[in-house]
Amino acid sequence: MARTEEVLESAGRRRRSFSPRYPGWLTTPSLLYYAIFFLGPLAILVAFSLATQTGFDAISYGFDTSQYHLVTDSLYVKIFERTLLMAGGGSLLTILVGYPIAYWMARYLSTYKLLALLLILVPFWTSFLIRTYALKIILDPHGYLAEDLGIDIMYTKWAVAVGLVYNYLPLFIIPVFASLERMDWSLVEAATDLGAKPYNAFRQITLRLTLPGVVTGALLVFIPMSGEYIIPNILSGGNYEFVGNVIGDQFASAQNQPFGSALSISLMIALSGFVALYILFATKEERFGA
Amino acid sequence: MPRPRRRRIVTAKRGFTLWALCVFAFLYLPIAVMALFAFNKPSPAALAGFTGSNVCDIPPTQLGNLTVWNGFTTCWFNVGLHDPTYIPAILTSARIAAGAAIVSTLLGLGAALALARMNKFVRVPFDSLVYLTLVVPEIVIAVASLIFFVQLRNYVSFFPPLGAWTVFLGQVVFGASLAMLVIRARFVGMGDTLEEAGYDLGSGRLATFRQITLPRLFPAILSAGLLSFTFSFDDYVLPAFTNGTTNTWPIVLYSAVRFGITPAVNALATLMLLATIVVIAIAGLVLRRGRVSASIETEETATAPVAMR
Repeated sequence: MARTEEVLESAGRRRRSFSPRYPGWLTTPSLLYYAIFFLGPLAILVAFSLATQTGFDAISYGFDTSQYHLVTDSLYVKIFERTLLMAGGGSLLTILVGYPIAYWMARYLSTYKLLALLLILVPFWTSFLIRTYALKIILDPHGYLAEDLGIDIMYTKWAVAVGLVYNYLPLFIIPVFASLERMDWSLVEAATDLGAKPYNAFRQITLRLTLPGVVTGALLVFIPMSGEYIIPNILSGGNYEFVGNVIGDQFASAQNQPFGSALSISLMIALSGFVALYILFATKEERFGA
Repeated sequence: MPRPRRRRIVTAKRGFTLWALCVFAFLYLPIAVMALFAFNKPSPAALAGFTGSNVCDIPPTQLGNLTVWNGFTTCWFNVGLHDPTYIPAILTSARIAAGAAIVSTLLGLGAALALARMNKFVRVPFDSLVYLTLVVPEIVIAVASLIFFVQLRNYVSFFPPLGAWTVFLGQVVFGASLAMLVIRARFVGMGDTLEEAGYDLGSGRLATFRQITLPRLFPAILSAGLLSFTFSFDDYVLPAFTNGTTNTWPIVLYSAVRFGITPAVNALATLMLLATIVVIAIAGLVLRRGRVSASIETEETATAPVAMR
């Protein structure tokens, strides 16, 4: 495996020296754009988080860390914990639901593989809000599920969990499916021919080879789940707020922008390890995530 | 010996197929319910006290329980299509999304072309920045953009106030990253032998690009454009903070979802779902034709979306 990659890479490198290169200035427009409209806002967010609120909508810049002290207040620490736990649980559920279906598509389908992939993707092309609202109809306390089956989970953390899994499932299935597609199934065959039990063959070969895809997929859903704003708002009716909702409140109704900025920076710090890991995986294996 | 093993594989396959069917049901049940309830009548209690001819004329607050089936009507489609807020919001969203898709695709195309064959020391930092734009929680970007746009207007006089323009400017960041990844995956995948051949046979840089690279990249460019359009059209969080007084479709939807929704919204959503399916089908046909005409291709097109809002 490693050797073929090496050979391919060196072949690529050899060919690359012939190939027409595109001028480097083509990156300038997007680089400038990112510098202004992505790094600019993040920089001013840092500045705001260290500023002092001197009145309603009035601010003086400085190096005031009091907002960060406020973030460590037990109330907010609890919301952080809840957010990360829910995102972690949601990712785990997504893996449990999504891996078998990606496996099924890669292993057992041939003619209908593309159709299955399309069916996984279609919900993704429909409105996120509409899908969440549709869940709300089903989970509604006066709906069939609650009245006839007794499953009344609306406005609880379970509703939020269902919403998370429902909305992020396709995002997980795609990279895992891609890594299962690249897998050499003859390895599994060889293992079972040599007497390995199917479960052991799966654990030692399939799972191990597709682990990078699983990690990428899990991070790809975990990170946005942690920053989720819409799902907890709609499905918990405000009973079960995530950090994202508290941040939003600081800018929408509470008008404490320095505190909201400090919360945002804290959320990014809390996620930075996962983000770094994701970027490492994604840049290493260009095809994942893309 | 082979017999029990085969049976085990068959049952394993059955198990997986069953699971897959359950997951598809889970994915599609809410969408089906949404479409079905676009045809739902107001509750019997609401109908009892109503004397007019069109049941959809009942005010939204008096419709009663709409999460159970009350009977069939098609009048919500008419209501939705004539609503004074829904249609303009949809048009605003479509305009912003079209602009964002075009600019994103152009930025992404340029970066993808140049980066794909650049050395590692430029490419990796640039890539990291691109992935960062995709994974930073959107709520953080949204509030940061809000402060940034407000502050910028204090110092730069020609900068637009919060509104459609600022929504557009914010959304292009994510869209450009999305487009860059999709286009580059395809560009790297298709290799450079044909470009080299064109070069060797004496066609210039620009001619090679126009006659060889661009047509072969077209499927990726199309899917990149469609992806950024969809993202932008569907995006709620960033517009919610940077819209000023402009109403986009997700913003209207969101307030409807939170504060009482009528089946008219289901009707519009159903129509839009149908439109999406038609667009996907057309795009699929175009991509397939492109693939047949350029049958030298061995690599699959990279169309898997990174569509995190």
